[in-house]
Amino acid sequence: MDYTPQELMVVCAARQIQDGEHVFVGMRLPLLAFALAKRTHAPRCLGLFEAGILRDEPAAELLYTMGDAPNITGALWATGTVKMIGLMAAGDVQLGFIGGAEIDRYGNLNTTAIGNWQKPAVRLPGSGGAADIASLSQRLAIIMQHDRRRLREKVDYVTSPGYGYPGEEGPAGAAWRERVGLPGGGPSALITTLAVFGFDRENGEAVLQSFHPGTTVEEVQAKTGWTLRLADDYTETVPPSAEELKVIRECDPQGKWTR
Amino acid sequence: MSKLMTMSEAVARYVPNGSSVAISLALEPLIPFAAAHEIIRQQRRNLTLIGPISDILFDQLIGAGCVERVTAAWVGNVSEGLGYCYQRATEKAIPRAISIEEHSNFTIGLALLAASLGSPYIPTRSTLGSDIPSHNTALRLERSPLDGTPLLLVPALRPDVTIVHVQRSDEDGNAHLWGNSGICGEAMLAAKDVILEAEEIVDREVILSDPNRVLGPSFKVRAVVHERWGAHPSAVQGYTNRDHPFYHEYHERTRSVEGFQDWLEEWVLHLPSRADYMKKLGEERLQRLRVKEHRYAAAVDYGY
Repeated sequence: MDYTPQELMVVCAARQIQDGEHVFVGMRLPLLAFALAKRTHAPRCLGLFEAGILRDEPAAELLYTMGDAPNITGALWATGTVKMIGLMAAGDVQLGFIGGAEIDRYGNLNTTAIGNWQKPAVRLPGSGGAADIASLSQRLAIIMQHDRRRLREKVDYVTSPGYGYPGEEGPAGAAWRERVGLPGGGPSALITTLAVFGFDRENGEAVLQSFHPGTTVEEVQAKTGWTLRLADDYTETVPPSAEELKVIRECDPQGKWTR
Repeated sequence: MSKLMTMSEAVARYVPNGSSVAISLALEPLIPFAAAHEIIRQQRRNLTLIGPISDILFDQLIGAGCVERVTAAWVGNVSEGLGYCYQRATEKAIPRAISIEEHSNFTIGLALLAASLGSPYIPTRSTLGSDIPSHNTALRLERSPLDGTPLLLVPALRPDVTIVHVQRSDEDGNAHLWGNSGICGEAMLAAKDVILEAEEIVDREVILSDPNRVLGPSFKVRAVVHERWGAHPSAVQGYTNRDHPFYHEYHERTRSVEGFQDWLEEWVLHLPSRADYMKKLGEERLQRLRVKEHRYAAAVDYGY
């Protein structure tokens, strides 16, 4: 069965959502993942949006932004940003989704500037809510295009904290997050156009869990800026089922985000 | 007391050169483009812009040379990606250099919330370990006096003026806003002055019939401007859907400085009022954006 890399990423993202979880959704592919999870294995999950929206059911129309009118109609709660992120700060959000321009092997993300922050080679839009989601959700799933410029040994600017870096005070990982004062959490999945990584919370490293059909570990390594660590049971990514593709294409019939 | 005035008067009085302006506060909807365009036409300079995710309003003000400093979480084009004017200003000082105070959506909201509560700061754990605190000299890393754990102190931020687009207001500035509100409420209470842009001006009785829907006290409001379609191309729940192609067109046309200048002349400088802007949009486009199917809330009984 034919599918696009984006459709596979949506499926991988949906698999991160467990039934009954409160999911900080974001836009584009995660939004479709929320809709897919909701209609397949996680009918009781809830979606939170930093614009100030809580939803039980995905919006009736494809959204370009989280603040589009159909995302308000029939919401469980329409309120403000501080309340919505505040819920996450208080520990009420199990899973958050974000994207990034750059990521490193410890799951630290950059969406602020390439090069020197003072005099950037490329200025990017900034955090938005990404730094908050990375700081405060109990698990973080990251969705990105996979190439060597994006998956780097070290990012130029940490917009959204992952597992930090090893240093004199101790290792990267959950211990780093505790040292800097973050309330638990941290990346649990990195979903790219080529592969899916998990993370080792002991030392913060990304661990390759699966490579997508049509690629190889060698290709993933060639397009990754650090030496891959492979999970003992790494495997090929399970492709989308016919049912999963049907749901995604009902949600995005023109392929706005998935083609 | 009527605070009704034209946008031209409101900007002339309450948005002087050098002021700090909180605007584009509801994230993607309810963006006061009418106010921003008037600020550009009146050639305001050295403004500080305050906001969360700001969409293309910040990009336009930066490209037009009105801005000296940005205190915000995100500047770009939400449905398209990058904001080219923001990039040119930060990378190449075109049309001028701007300084950036980095925030996240939560920290900028907390800064305004602190001001709204008369609190000197609000502590949070968000963004700890990121580079954001080191690129915003206002933010302070401290230890909690309670248990010694690291905290980020977000100091109160008090805008000179907050500009908010609402669905309806009376002449005094008692206003109803519905849908998601981003950080509009915090910014309104934090500000010295408030300008309201309203789709409709209604009788005081309409507002008083539903006090739970009021954004904030009208004594904060200095100016009320009647601007139907004032938030176009952003969405206004119950009035206007988001004009997605408009953002795409802006993105395509503003890749170069010359392209941005053309766009600015066509959509801002050559259109002296919002009425001219609507005429230029054309009835067919307006019709396409109007609400197709009204969905009214169940009535609420405030009787006793």
